[in-house]
Amino acid sequence: MVARRIASSPAIGVAETSFSPLAVRGPRWDGRFTVVILFLPPALLLFTLFVVLPIGEAAWYSAFNWNGFGRPTNWIGFDNYRFVLETRAFWLALRNNGLIIAVSLAIQLPLALALALMLAERFRGAVALRMLFFMPYILAEIATGLIFSFVYDGDYGLVASIWRAFGAEPPHLLASTDTAMLAVLIVIVWKYFGFHMMLFIAALQSLDKSLIEAARIDGATRSQTLRHVVIPLLYPTIRLSVFFAIIGSLQLFDLVMPLTRGGPADSSNTMVSFLYNNGISRMRVGYGSAIGVILFVICVTFAFTYKRWFMRDE
Amino acid sequence: MSNAQTTRAPFDPAVLFKAIFLFVVAVFVLVPLLATVLGGFKSLGELRVNPFGLPQHWEWQNYADILFSARYWQLLRNSLIISTLAVTLTLIVASMAAFTFAHVRFYGSSMLLSYLTLGLLFPAATAVLPLFIKVRDLGLLDTYFGVALPQVAFSLAMSVLLLRRFFKDIPYELLEAALVDGCSYIKFFRYVTLPLSRPILATVGTITFVNSWNAYLLPLVMLNTDALYPWPLGIMVYQGEYSSEWHLILAFITLTILPTIILFLLAQKHIVAGLTAGAVKG
Repeated sequence: MVARRIASSPAIGVAETSFSPLAVRGPRWDGRFTVVILFLPPALLLFTLFVVLPIGEAAWYSAFNWNGFGRPTNWIGFDNYRFVLETRAFWLALRNNGLIIAVSLAIQLPLALALALMLAERFRGAVALRMLFFMPYILAEIATGLIFSFVYDGDYGLVASIWRAFGAEPPHLLASTDTAMLAVLIVIVWKYFGFHMMLFIAALQSLDKSLIEAARIDGATRSQTLRHVVIPLLYPTIRLSVFFAIIGSLQLFDLVMPLTRGGPADSSNTMVSFLYNNGISRMRVGYGSAIGVILFVICVTFAFTYKRWFMRDE
Repeated sequence: MSNAQTTRAPFDPAVLFKAIFLFVVAVFVLVPLLATVLGGFKSLGELRVNPFGLPQHWEWQNYADILFSARYWQLLRNSLIISTLAVTLTLIVASMAAFTFAHVRFYGSSMLLSYLTLGLLFPAATAVLPLFIKVRDLGLLDTYFGVALPQVAFSLAMSVLLLRRFFKDIPYELLEAALVDGCSYIKFFRYVTLPLSRPILATVGTITFVNSWNAYLLPLVMLNTDALYPWPLGIMVYQGEYSSEWHLILAFITLTILPTIILFLLAQKHIVAGLTAGAVKG
């Protein structure tokens, strides 16, 4: 219904604001009408069908106890939400998403910024290093996860052989509730710092160089210039990078599956892997939809709040 | 900052520190990748005692067996079909919508555009269960389209924004003149806008391709038949079968990420531009 109302409004609007097709100035109204009628519906239809409606349906299904077959009939109100909130694994997943964000902000972002400052200059090898650091970002998360499940493997892995070189019993990092999440966090930094570095390099290259030169001429040392001129000029990009780190953390899934599948004992679940393990793989549509709705609310609330507080001017 | 280059002091601790720092990060990035490629050339026994170094005996057989297996090519073929579908549909659908938003003024235009950009706010995973039921009810479960269509839908928001920004830079006078001369909007789109927009089309195409090529969750939910699996699903199945024969798994990983790396080296510019473009001005 919503979709139909929205889709029909341009047609009405065009008809209302149209004027004589013989008018010399301005495009003819019938041309506009045709293009609006032909060019918009495919995008609007696909988007409504596969993005907007499923979100609405998730809210609807979340009120049922339903396995996905037949029609949902077993109405249970908000019980699914209560079940989700009562699950320990949900809070663990939420905590892990928090950890990912913390690591992104405390380690990945400074690392990316430092590398960008070094590699934005021209010297031999700078471009090659940029490309090398960016490469993990374009590798599939599944492949990355598998590569690191080898790196961490207690029998054959790189970490194990380092341990053995020191005569110690190699740990099974991914199999312990204490270390699994830590291991995942390291992979996250490995995979994503290059993306943030590229953002900063792009921003640095479009900076107004005269401001930096002016500061230097006025006698600012290199570190003063950095702290009081370059970094403040980068604030918009830093805010953007933080935004991406947080949104990225909330949708992280593919990387976790080959590494730990969220285990052991749910210790390395993210919100989406928790949703997969508890909703999708068991076809608990109502319960899974409730998790989806909670995730949706978190994402949208965050996006709006963040835009309002930090990115008002952009 | 560039003083480090021009003055060339005989010994500058900052430069040394920088070099060491870059070296350490490069090692951190490279070692897992190199160990993977080389690991595929080792026997399982050697892998256990020598995971880092060059293989003593190069076991070409590991790679050859995979390269001559129907399985590997089928996975790549499936991935290629799905990604090509997603890229083609995204480019057609998104550029048409972006053109309308950029050049045609009509009541409700900005409202509809904000409606589409809602897609930027949340990940596909949030509604994946209802999406599964929708795709099932449409009879698209276990088909290439069942994966590609939702991918297109989710890439629309970003694609339309990027394309619209580019289209808007095409001078309005050009469109006005064409319209006065009796050219239709649609012809203008076909013969002026699209040919002028090759760089942004390449960029949007590349982002969509990489995302679709690497996607795991949607195909995992939508496909049941092994014969239709794209490579990220296939490699997980492979790993399940050869659970601890790491030398084979590593060779398989290497061969499946090879196309991505080749594409990256060929289309660096578009990939970097594309994957950071949405960012620079969102």
